[in-house]
Amino acid sequence: MRRRAFLLAALAAPLTARAVEPAEMLSDPKLEARARAIGRELRCLVCQNESIDDSGAGLAHDLRVLLRERIAAGDSDAQATQYIVNRYGQFVLLKPPVEPATWALWFGPPALLALAALGTVLFLRRRRPEAMGAPAPLDEAERQRIAQLLGEGDA
Amino acid sequence: MMVELGHFALVLALLLSVAQASLPLYGAARRHLGLMEVGRGAALASFVLVALAFAVLINAYVTSDFSVANVVENSHTDKPLLYKITGVWGNHEGSMVLWVFILTLFGAAVAWFGDNLPPELRARVLAVQGMIGTGFLLFILFTSNPFLRVLPAPANGQGLNPVLQDPGLAFHPPFLYLGYVGFSVAFSFAVAALIEGRVDAAWARWVRPWTLAAWCALTIGIAMGSWWAYYTLGWGGWWFWDPVENASLMPWLAGTALLHTAIVVEKRDTLKSWTILLAIVTFSLSLVGTFLVRSGVLTSVHAFAVDPTRGTFILLLLLVAIGGPLTLYAVRAPALKGGGLFAPLSREGALVLNNLLLACAVATVFLGTLYPLFLDAVGGPKVSVGYPFFNRTFVPLMVPLLLAVAVGPLMAWKRGDLLGALQRMWAAFAVVLVVVVGGLYATKGGPVLAVLGFGLAAWVAMGALTEWAERVRLFRAPPGETLRRVVNLPRSAYGMTIAHLGVAVAVAGFAASAFETESIQTMRAGDTIPIAGFSLEFTGVEPVQGANFNADRGSFLLRRDGALVAELHPERRFFPLHQQTTAKTAIHTNFLADFYLALGDPDGKGGWAVRAYWKPLVPWIWIGAVMMALGGLMSLSDRRWRVGAAARARRAPPVAAPAE
Amino acid sequence: MRRALFLLPVALFLVLAAYFGLALTSGRDPHELPSAMIDKPAPAFTLAGLDGTPGLARASLGGQVAIVNFFASWCIPCRIEHPLLMRLSETLSVPVYGIAYKDRPEDAQQFLAQLGDPYGRVGLDESGRVGIDFGVYGVPETYVIDKAGRIRLRHVGPLTAEAVSNELAPLVKMLGRS
Repeated sequence: MRRRAFLLAALAAPLTARAVEPAEMLSDPKLEARARAIGRELRCLVCQNESIDDSGAGLAHDLRVLLRERIAAGDSDAQATQYIVNRYGQFVLLKPPVEPATWALWFGPPALLALAALGTVLFLRRRRPEAMGAPAPLDEAERQRIAQLLGEGDA
Repeated sequence: MMVELGHFALVLALLLSVAQASLPLYGAARRHLGLMEVGRGAALASFVLVALAFAVLINAYVTSDFSVANVVENSHTDKPLLYKITGVWGNHEGSMVLWVFILTLFGAAVAWFGDNLPPELRARVLAVQGMIGTGFLLFILFTSNPFLRVLPAPANGQGLNPVLQDPGLAFHPPFLYLGYVGFSVAFSFAVAALIEGRVDAAWARWVRPWTLAAWCALTIGIAMGSWWAYYTLGWGGWWFWDPVENASLMPWLAGTALLHTAIVVEKRDTLKSWTILLAIVTFSLSLVGTFLVRSGVLTSVHAFAVDPTRGTFILLLLLVAIGGPLTLYAVRAPALKGGGLFAPLSREGALVLNNLLLACAVATVFLGTLYPLFLDAVGGPKVSVGYPFFNRTFVPLMVPLLLAVAVGPLMAWKRGDLLGALQRMWAAFAVVLVVVVGGLYATKGGPVLAVLGFGLAAWVAMGALTEWAERVRLFRAPPGETLRRVVNLPRSAYGMTIAHLGVAVAVAGFAASAFETESIQTMRAGDTIPIAGFSLEFTGVEPVQGANFNADRGSFLLRRDGALVAELHPERRFFPLHQQTTAKTAIHTNFLADFYLALGDPDGKGGWAVRAYWKPLVPWIWIGAVMMALGGLMSLSDRRWRVGAAARARRAPPVAAPAE
Repeated sequence: MRRALFLLPVALFLVLAAYFGLALTSGRDPHELPSAMIDKPAPAFTLAGLDGTPGLARASLGGQVAIVNFFASWCIPCRIEHPLLMRLSETLSVPVYGIAYKDRPEDAQQFLAQLGDPYGRVGLDESGRVGIDFGVYGVPETYVIDKAGRIRLRHVGPLTAEAVSNELAPLVKMLGRS
């Protein structure tokens, strides 16, 4: 059943949700804000890479309505999210969970940065003028040759 | 008949590419000038042939020749002419022809404009281009031939996806491909240098203009795609971390790193093997992107229709085109000895930091994009990696990079004075302080990160301006001298300043998205709603007819303080051929903010769903991108890229600070 | 040591290529999602029938192995799989039930009148809520439910002869024996 709600939803901050329809929105702005926040992180399963808030697909609409029902019924954010995850699996979460299967994903970038930074530091140390040692001083013959070459100038 | 000519032209181009790939290489090894010159002729001729094939394909679309299978699948007589033409590259086969067209265009350009290159280097570069061309022409002819006939020819075609019938999107692929494929030149130069066993300052000077040109094009291409998504998708999103978007971002990040590290090779004769690797990696990322879009291993709104044989072919291509050079790198690169030494705190050091952060950024985006694939391939669970991941990993990498962008150009080569540079940036510190404190005060309780983002943008901008001010000795020298310096500053200096300012502008645009206001309503004719200090009045909806669609056209009046600011007409278009509805949003912009309006579904009782947004500074995202590209073009037009200008430069009066 | 570092890029690339090769040859459809409800009890539901005919509820599954097929009159692949379903309902010893997903009763009735009715019972899920409870994300989808009322298999997309002979039929037989 569609509920009719004429509501001014002027929401600042990153809670602008895109395909949400006026008729779906909850009348309590706090609850609606929670629904938006959760909806942004739920994947629309029949679209590629959109959240249910962003997608105009039928399933996205159904899930948005369902989410609001759960929230209005008193579920916490975690409970409402889990309700949907129970039915659709972890795939529906746009933020991958941190578990052994995704450790490489979450810890990869910082580990890579640390490794690369270490390598860079080592590299830079070797490139320092001091590290390479001052060049050996010239001997007399070489000094004269330099003077000669310079004396010839850039004709 | 013409269609067969086009087909034949592609076959001929393939044969020429094979010749281009082999003979000059042999000629360079033997120092045989004649064989080396074959490279130039082959490159020019294969370009002409591919251009011919491309023209034939375009003609088939324009004349709606439905005996050609590709035209049937993607075109229709009712389509407007513009989209008949741009529909040529809106599908897999046609876009591959565009790809090869641009590849041979760049090859021909190197052949035509490469007079100043030593013959062996030029021959090897063209040979590598020829190898790439061979691979892709084989791919087209064996798996993706656009010239296949369908007989008997149907009366009409299946039309182009309505979502793609848009001017912004129509031109997005050519710019993207100019970028992706343009990086092949740097790649060819890198492989040629590995074959020769030598990288020197001159090599870097030759590579830079090609890399710059490709980078500028890719910047514009990505910006166009983002802008199209913004005004089409009905709510003003402009980046989704979609796999194919990421596939364009990665070469861009790597290309940016390459541009900067090539400077170090040119000026200081160091970081050579890293630069070579980066040149190979940048184009490799373009190739991997091609694989991802066309093989079907990833789901994406952008992906073309999938076919596993194509995927396998491209994978083999990748093995040869990427595996080969990387193996060559493993063998030859250790012998590339660098010269310049430098202290960690120096301009070289800053550019090394730049590369470090950009390389980690590429790796992060790569990991996030492909992780679901990796996990699935080894039988793990199916996971989604969406924007929450990228926001938490990519953004923290960009912050130190942006901090360094302001300071780096102020450091001297070889041994810089960081403390001195920071002291010279006192004005920047002051401005940032004002922006952050003022911003926090003005948005009491609002998003803190966004205000810090503004501070970061101000920092980058002030850094660029401080560097410019130093070069022209602003307030330090008599105004006459400053003016003289302003006029005589090399274009590449202005290029850098404008490009870095563009970065600042774009960052401000990104940060401001936290301050959007939104209003989602059901409205009836005559209703007025307030939003962001404006008042929006809905006056009604009327049906209109387009070339191949029917639409409901809404009329809205936007007022501020009673005065009319704009009339807005968002539409909902229905394409009968595809049974698809698309939205056409109405946007009113004053380049400082966008008022964004979309018409939703009718509720059947005279009311319409209306989505209105006020988006401050959002135009700056694309203005910033355009500035970056303009800066790049400005650098490109600098006399320096005409090799041999080095000799002339020594005789020109020394004007501005030596390095840049 | 330094030499080894130069081999790193090509080594990493070969690993990447291997993954791509695996992904290409695995034949796995990236669009297809594994069900999160496997081995979990089928959700409780009570659906009305298509105007006059008796409806479908979890209770009607009655401790028997059953096949539940989600379909819709507006769904084209559903038409493609329909003949196979007709044969299935005749050859298999287990009942085949249908749920009309997000459909109007008249349209669903017309669909069955046109193409034949393979279903022992049909339920009408007009809002799609029962579909969500099953984890449906598109039609057609086919579920195999065991005697204890647990979901044991989900097939996404139209049923094919291979899917039936390789997965569905053997599973049904095994479940029937236990």
